[in-house]
Amino acid sequence: MKSLMIGNMAIARGAYEAGVTVAAAYPGTPSTEIVENISRFEGVYAEWSPNEKVALEVGFGASLGGARTLVAMKHVGVNVAADPLYTLSYTGVNGGLVLVSADDPGMHSSQNEQDNRGYGRFAKLLVIEPSDSQEALDFTREAFDLSEQYDTPVMLRVTTRLCHSQSLVQPGEKLDRPLKEYKKNEAKYVMLPGFARLRHLEVEKRMAALREYVEESPLNRIEWGDRNIGIITSGIPYQYVKEVMPEVSALKLGTVNPLPEKLIRSFASQVKKLYVVEELEPVIEEQLKAWGIEVTGKSVLPRTGEYSPELLEELLLGVPAPSGYQLDESIPARPPLLCPGCPHRGVFYVLKRKRLTVTGDIGCYTLGALKPLGAMDTTLCMGASIGAALGLEKARGPESARKTVAVIGDSTFVHSGITPLIDTVYNRGNTTVMILDNGTTAMTGHQDHPATGRTITEEETSRLDLEALARAVGVKRVRKVDPLRIGELEKALDEELSHDGPSVILATRPCALIDKSPKPSLYIDEDKCKGCKICIKLGCTGVYWVQEEKKARINPDLCQGCGLCIDVCKFDAVLERGAN
Amino acid sequence: MAADTTNILIVGVGGQGTLLASRVLAQAAVAQGHDVKVSEIHGMAQRGGSVVSQVRYGPKIFSPIIKRGDADVIMAFEKLEAARYLPFLKKGGLMVINTDRIDPLPVMSGEVAYPEKLEEKIARVVPKTISLDATGIAAGCGTSRAANIVLVGLVGRALGFPLDALEEAVRGLVPQKVVDINIKALNAGWNYVDNDLISMVRD
Ligand SMILES: Cc1ncc(C[n+]2csc(CCOP(=O)(O)OP(=O)(O)O)c2C)c(N)n1
Ligand code: SF4
Ligand code: SF4
Repeated sequence: MKSLMIGNMAIARGAYEAGVTVAAAYPGTPSTEIVENISRFEGVYAEWSPNEKVALEVGFGASLGGARTLVAMKHVGVNVAADPLYTLSYTGVNGGLVLVSADDPGMHSSQNEQDNRGYGRFAKLLVIEPSDSQEALDFTREAFDLSEQYDTPVMLRVTTRLCHSQSLVQPGEKLDRPLKEYKKNEAKYVMLPGFARLRHLEVEKRMAALREYVEESPLNRIEWGDRNIGIITSGIPYQYVKEVMPEVSALKLGTVNPLPEKLIRSFASQVKKLYVVEELEPVIEEQLKAWGIEVTGKSVLPRTGEYSPELLEELLLGVPAPSGYQLDESIPARPPLLCPGCPHRGVFYVLKRKRLTVTGDIGCYTLGALKPLGAMDTTLCMGASIGAALGLEKARGPESARKTVAVIGDSTFVHSGITPLIDTVYNRGNTTVMILDNGTTAMTGHQDHPATGRTITEEETSRLDLEALARAVGVKRVRKVDPLRIGELEKALDEELSHDGPSVILATRPCALIDKSPKPSLYIDEDKCKGCKICIKLGCTGVYWVQEEKKARINPDLCQGCGLCIDVCKFDAVLERGAN
Repeated sequence: MAADTTNILIVGVGGQGTLLASRVLAQAAVAQGHDVKVSEIHGMAQRGGSVVSQVRYGPKIFSPIIKRGDADVIMAFEKLEAARYLPFLKKGGLMVINTDRIDPLPVMSGEVAYPEKLEEKIARVVPKTISLDATGIAAGCGTSRAANIVLVGLVGRALGFPLDALEEAVRGLVPQKVVDINIKALNAGWNYVDNDLISMVRD
């Protein structure tokens, strides 16, 4: 029977049906649910790796070992995994290896909107792109066969709208596939220059074979209609094309690298006006132009952001979208914010008060950059905070290190914060690093990581001790604080910033959404509240301002009783119910 | 866009249960033999930000997202969000507003005011507006958290779904121990509209 599945679940199901027995990933929206779902299937080993590079290396080993293997990550994760990826293209595979790259046009949850189809071209991979959940399942299954047949890692490229849209899926039977034999083969798997040169020739042969394959691939199809307009498209934009221009002729590409030249030429020659509809980069369009095919794409459609049906209607058909109803009212924005009781809040409150320069990182705590906390100077990519602080110090002199703090989450620190910390010690930096240890990867939906001591299937395992790790790399000053105690935080920062040499402050307190400890019930004594609004500056939805009374009040439905506003209130107006 | 397609836009604040509401309606639509697509928001926006999920059903659905001005129904879990997404409602479409008020940060901090009498202002421009205290109704059924299912009951009836299809979808999607409360909430939403209101909506 058909059932509704989000794209990510369909990919997981497709992998399972194809006989995958190893899966590895580091979480990242919109990819997270893929390996999360695979981990729930019987007979599959799944892991959260510390980062994407490791995930792909585990995938490499598993493939060598004969297993069909899936590795999943968000688009920027592929940058981290790019080093093994480019050379994996040379070694090829044993068991089929599929890398899912989940791109994020529109940046729903990302720091950039890079188009990872580009990797296909440069790393010389077969890249395939589904356009709904059924195809996500079917293409994933197919990808494993293709990977083995052409001895190549296959990139399954998806986008947020596919990952997180549900559509109907007919699941299939699980393939019974024995583990392939592992054979030592240094000429294929040891990429010394002498061997690699030979493998590069093989890669070019493979690309030639793949160029043949894509001409006949069932993943591409032409849907003939009105031949005045022909549209070449793939992925989710195909759905938008069908929605607003069901009558035109469409070449729907499932293989986006390499592209089927003959098929495209034949399609192009049979339509009057040819368009390419692709989100982000003109990957298909530029190839067509290189082949001398006349085509319209980015001259009318944007290179930025996510597409939508109304965008195509407007820019291709010249029809303005219906205006709908209008209200003459200005609607206040509703930006995301740290949860009530979030352990990160106090940290940014203190950093702001101290007017420190804060090199930041990526996680829930990046919201500390927004008003009213507004205490972050930089966010580049995962792990960048520590290196950036060192660079800032080297540019501006050691004095500047007394006013600079690098702030990084626990999952992010394990992902890519350890090597820059080593750099800081090695090159005599003076950075104060704050690790916000909330015991989870909160941003992406609370996944475990090496420092939580639990695996993806919630089994107990050896727990990475961050304090011991910091000492082991040579940081002499390592201390723990409770980030909900303002005084403790201030003292720790004052001492570590004034001290020469690197230090690490571990701000340890579980994320409010996973903390199950009992919460005190708080209220604000109206007589004591002087209306100074200092608690409001915490930016917590648990406490709000009553304009008519010029006083703050606690919302008992939202307040988590973390006590931060007790700490900041100078008039002792925040009190605990039941206590005297 | 095909006239036989129904588009439901579900808007609210991260954490209000918009995802579950969209899944229940989608499941019920599948049981009625429709092609269905649902678009959800995961990730950053869930941290108390403005969230939207979209359900589309009919004989054949392509796009998982709804065009501006093309939603047959907007189910708003919060007033401000109803106003924010109003331009997505089709002329003649139905606006269902839960009268909950959740202040966004700029309001909480006293920077800007929460617009007054929003549901009245919306009702003035949208003839088919239904406002209700779904959160209060849900609380009466056992938990205010089931406000999403109260709204599903109401909208499901307005769209002509059979009650048992909705009930079955709820049973399949909520945790076992809260099934009874949610079925009660669904029925409360279903019974909130009388026949006059239904004929107004289906006009
Ligand atoms: C290379 C890369 N992989 C994954 C992500 C997605 N991502 C953003 S922040 C984050 C981790 C957040 O965890 P943590 O550092 O512990 O902070 P928290 O959210 O718990 O506060 C992840 C996985 C990313 N942005 N870049
Ligand atoms: S999920 Fe946890 S870490 Fe993220 S904002 Fe909420 S309380 Fe803070
Ligand atoms: S104690 Fe204050 S800061 Fe903490 S959750 Fe409650 S209102 Fe927010």
